[in-house]
Amino acid sequence: MSIGTYATSSVAVGGDSVRGAEGSRAWRKLARNPAALAGALILLAVIGAAVFAPYVSPQDPARQSLIRRFTPPVWAHAGSVSYLLGTDQVGRDILSRIIYGARVSLLVGISAVLVSLTIGVTLGLLSGFLRGRVDTVIMTVVDVTLSFPQLLLALAFVAALGPSLFTIILVLGLTGWERYARVVRAEVLALREKDFVEAARAMGASPTRLLLGHLLPNTFSSIIVMSTLQVAQAILQEAALSFLGVGTGSAYPTWGQMIALGRDFVSVAWWLATFPGLAILLTVLAINLVGDRLRDALDPRVG
Amino acid sequence: MLTHLVRRVIRLAVVLAGVSLVTFAILHVSGDPVSLMMPEAPESDRAALRLAMGFNEPLPIQFIRFLANTARGNFGNSFFHREPALPLVLARLPTTLLLATLAMALSLAIALPTGILSAVRRNSVFDHGATFVVFLGTSMPVFWTGIMLILLFAVQLRALPVSGWESWGALVLPTVTLATFSTPLLLRLVRSSMLEVINLDYVRTARAKGVSEWIVIWHHALVNASLPLVTVAGLQFGLLLGGAIVTETVFAVPGVGRLIVGAIRQLDFPIVQAGIFLIALIVVLVNFAVDLLYIYLNPQIRVR
Repeated sequence: MSIGTYATSSVAVGGDSVRGAEGSRAWRKLARNPAALAGALILLAVIGAAVFAPYVSPQDPARQSLIRRFTPPVWAHAGSVSYLLGTDQVGRDILSRIIYGARVSLLVGISAVLVSLTIGVTLGLLSGFLRGRVDTVIMTVVDVTLSFPQLLLALAFVAALGPSLFTIILVLGLTGWERYARVVRAEVLALREKDFVEAARAMGASPTRLLLGHLLPNTFSSIIVMSTLQVAQAILQEAALSFLGVGTGSAYPTWGQMIALGRDFVSVAWWLATFPGLAILLTVLAINLVGDRLRDALDPRVG
Repeated sequence: MLTHLVRRVIRLAVVLAGVSLVTFAILHVSGDPVSLMMPEAPESDRAALRLAMGFNEPLPIQFIRFLANTARGNFGNSFFHREPALPLVLARLPTTLLLATLAMALSLAIALPTGILSAVRRNSVFDHGATFVVFLGTSMPVFWTGIMLILLFAVQLRALPVSGWESWGALVLPTVTLATFSTPLLLRLVRSSMLEVINLDYVRTARAKGVSEWIVIWHHALVNASLPLVTVAGLQFGLLLGGAIVTETVFAVPGVGRLIVGAIRQLDFPIVQAGIFLIALIVVLVNFAVDLLYIYLNPQIRVR
């Protein structure tokens, strides 16, 4: 019912103005929530750090210095202002490595989600629209995917294909689409019975037009919310893969790798593992807070 | 009910075939399994292995042979241990299941009362606090949580062992680590399931006729909230096992997860395939059991 009212508003009367009003209302609701606002600010800072890494990082993330190894964070007794969060076992600046690590995390997170979004939404649309055999086959594939812990499957396939940035994005994308398929399918199944779809069909709209012009746009708000939360998941998965040793294989440091290295020195230098983990925690938390608020703002059922 | 059951068993068989196909694909996805197994061997050795393993035959035939072998529990010999892979994995299964069970028990002990109270006192300070903890918990990488716990309890306080699985004390940190991963998921689930039923008419009626609040919540609300809870908890079992793999690696717990991660580093694919198939099999069977439980618990299906 609620989906119906939302749907007709964007299809029937002067689509754009109505959708624009909904959009600004959503933004205002988002901004009114302090937690979501904090999340958005943190997220902006992380994106900024990733994009402008060469300009904002205080040191060269790859430069080693044996004299400076295991420098503690600046507030500790032996700390140095040049290395705010300390240095690692070969004297590289932790803060700079975290800043460069943001590039990998965000790139993998966003790209992987784009891959799974494309697969999942397509299969979900087809499943809900065509029903019957196609639906059965696609839902069986979803069941099979759900039988494996995503991390385990990703781990095996990344190892088999050879670790690289591209492989990680591809594998995380290929193992993470099932949620989109299920949600989009359920929405299409509910939408296809609505009057506006019936009306479009009666006016002779082709199946393609029905799918792309009428059904797909009405699943956008769920897709946006899901994608936000999935980026957070993908970042966590990438970090876990890096930690387990099938990382990106690139020259860039990743947060997961840094934590894996830090574990070996946890009894002598606590800051090695602690700060990259905090970076993950803050980034993922920020995305989750924004995504959750986005869900409330875009879902007409909630206040 | 019988047709429902039959249909469910057929789906079980189809999903298991799909699981085998994916497991089969792990070795074949790169195109040349032999170069995966022995990256540095000369071409003559590779050709010999290719012939011995039957990799020259068409893929469908290889898959059928893989299926037949899998059905008999034969995943080949581990390259590293030079023993059949499946028994090696099975030997480590009890450890992983113990870890998962302990973590699940701890999670339930925390998530059930907290989730119920959160739902009953919706929008209270307690509820907001619990929601924030859920956010925090779902945003922390499991392996990092584990390392932070090591830092605090093993390095700073010297209260618990850093790693291993030999004493009961060694079980504490891995269990707590895995529980910090599963508790938020479960807590959110309990809360939302309770919210679904707590304002329904029959709960209100029960209150109106003077049933005590405690009985209303436990008897009227929780029993009905348990239906979606059981289903989703089954689906999340796979997540829990995924978390167990990482946890085992952090604490050097000798379970299936650590075996698989080690095997992946050594390119020991029989172990990888046996381990992944076994874990997927467990997830599939757990969900099958959950479905049966659902049929039993849900009178709407049972009477049909």
